Amino acid sequence: MFEDLIYVLGKYHGWLYDGLLLTLQLLVIAVAFGSLLAIPLAIARTSKNLWVQAVPFGFIYLFRGTPLIAQLFMMYYGVGQLVSNIDGIQDSWTWQYLRDPYWYCLLTFILNTAAYVAEIMRGGINNVPSGEVEAARACGMTPATTYRRIIFPRMWQIIWPAYTNDVIFTLKATSLASTVTMMELTGAARKIVARTALPYEAFISAGIIYLIIVYVLTFGFKGIEKYLRRNEVREADKKPTVKIGVQA
Amino acid sequence: MKNWIKAAAVAAVGIAFSASVASAAWDKVVVATEGAYPPFNFVDKDGKLQGFDVDFTNELCKTAGVECEIVAQDWDGIIPGLLAKKYDAIIAQMSITDERKRSIDFSNYYCTTPAVFVGKDGMKIEAYKDGKVVEGALDGMVIGVQRSTTHANFLEDNFPNTEIRMYDTQDNALLDLTAGRIDATLADSGVLLEWVNSDAGKGYGFVSDTFAPVEWFGEGAGIGLRKEDQDLKELFNKALAEMLANGSYEKLNKKYFETINLHPR
Repeated sequence: MFEDLIYVLGKYHGWLYDGLLLTLQLLVIAVAFGSLLAIPLAIARTSKNLWVQAVPFGFIYLFRGTPLIAQLFMMYYGVGQLVSNIDGIQDSWTWQYLRDPYWYCLLTFILNTAAYVAEIMRGGINNVPSGEVEAARACGMTPATTYRRIIFPRMWQIIWPAYTNDVIFTLKATSLASTVTMMELTGAARKIVARTALPYEAFISAGIIYLIIVYVLTFGFKGIEKYLRRNEVREADKKPTVKIGVQA
Repeated sequence: MKNWIKAAAVAAVGIAFSASVASAAWDKVVVATEGAYPPFNFVDKDGKLQGFDVDFTNELCKTAGVECEIVAQDWDGIIPGLLAKKYDAIIAQMSITDERKRSIDFSNYYCTTPAVFVGKDGMKIEAYKDGKVVEGALDGMVIGVQRSTTHANFLEDNFPNTEIRMYDTQDNALLDLTAGRIDATLADSGVLLEWVNSDAGKGYGFVSDTFAPVEWFGEGAGIGLRKEDQDLKELFNKALAEMLANGSYEKLNKKYFETINLHPR
């Protein structure tokens, strides 16, 4: 068992390394662009106008309501097939990108992440204390400034733990990329199993790498959380400091 | 019942005598096939055994100068039946594996469905020629293959500069071939032949020779025999070599598979 693990790591660490890089790439890009896309979605979702609400609602409902693997197949085989049937596209310079599974994968993960994060953000925006928003308005802030200076900083504070959770969720979702030929970490482990017939050792190796990524992520996100909450007064600090004998 | 008593008796006599007279002892051999694996072996609508394996067996016995009787036997019991001397040989596309070699013996391989590349008609791939891998033959190409298969291993081991896409199923690889996202796919020729001949495979065909190097694809199917019947093994091996040499094997091959070489090594 242990010797087999050493053997797998010794002989196939290159595959695992390549898989790790792809996994991280998919994760970072999906989370970054997914979160960016989630912001307008979340804002529209909190609108009082039903028509403005409807579009993000439909989008979020669709992407949260279907399995990610189905979305991935729809995008890669479904949309990909439609694209490939466009006249002349296979001879154009765009084809080298359009035939590549990478972009379809990435797009699916971005949209999926956007749907989940948008819903988290909606909750965050709704939970910004109304007093703070009213105060901002009273100070004469425009809606845009209110969002930028009051609502968003507050929202990030509120949603951060849930957001961290979603990033970890997305990390594990990337393992589905191997079903459309992208050899990320899980795909690499599968490939090792096919070669060595050592399923435990291969998946344990991949599992340990996932654990390390999650550990680093949790650590980093915890640090950011502290930074976000830097202005919050903790209960323990609320004790009045009584300074006796000091005159103003 | 009578037959196997006779066969067993003959076999016993064969074992008792020295090898030089052994071939004379095998004048009647009972051969089992499965009868459920078309087009290799199957039962036709009149209830008769048909297929490549059946024709091959008849030709083999004719060449060896022995009389053969072919019986149908379910796959699960096909090795136990051989060991119980219900018949003397298995000719049913049984792959030669180390696992099976522990209980029975095999003749030289007599059949294999080799690997082949499928791509757009008019394309030509020469990745394996004269028993050797042609290095760099696939450079710059995108080749699809089903993951966890010997075909995937073959591509990965030999073509480091080729983009190899691993699919969960062969169907998905073929889907992407028609979408133009891969240039070709490598798989078992038997599987691909069916697709090439279907509507979905219009405009696509075999774009390479068929090939089956042992290091990657295994030995192929052999004739299953009892370990003690070394004389029968020798007899069949000799007859097989003769069939390959005099062209009767090729004729049989062509009858069932126009484009696949069942004995590429």
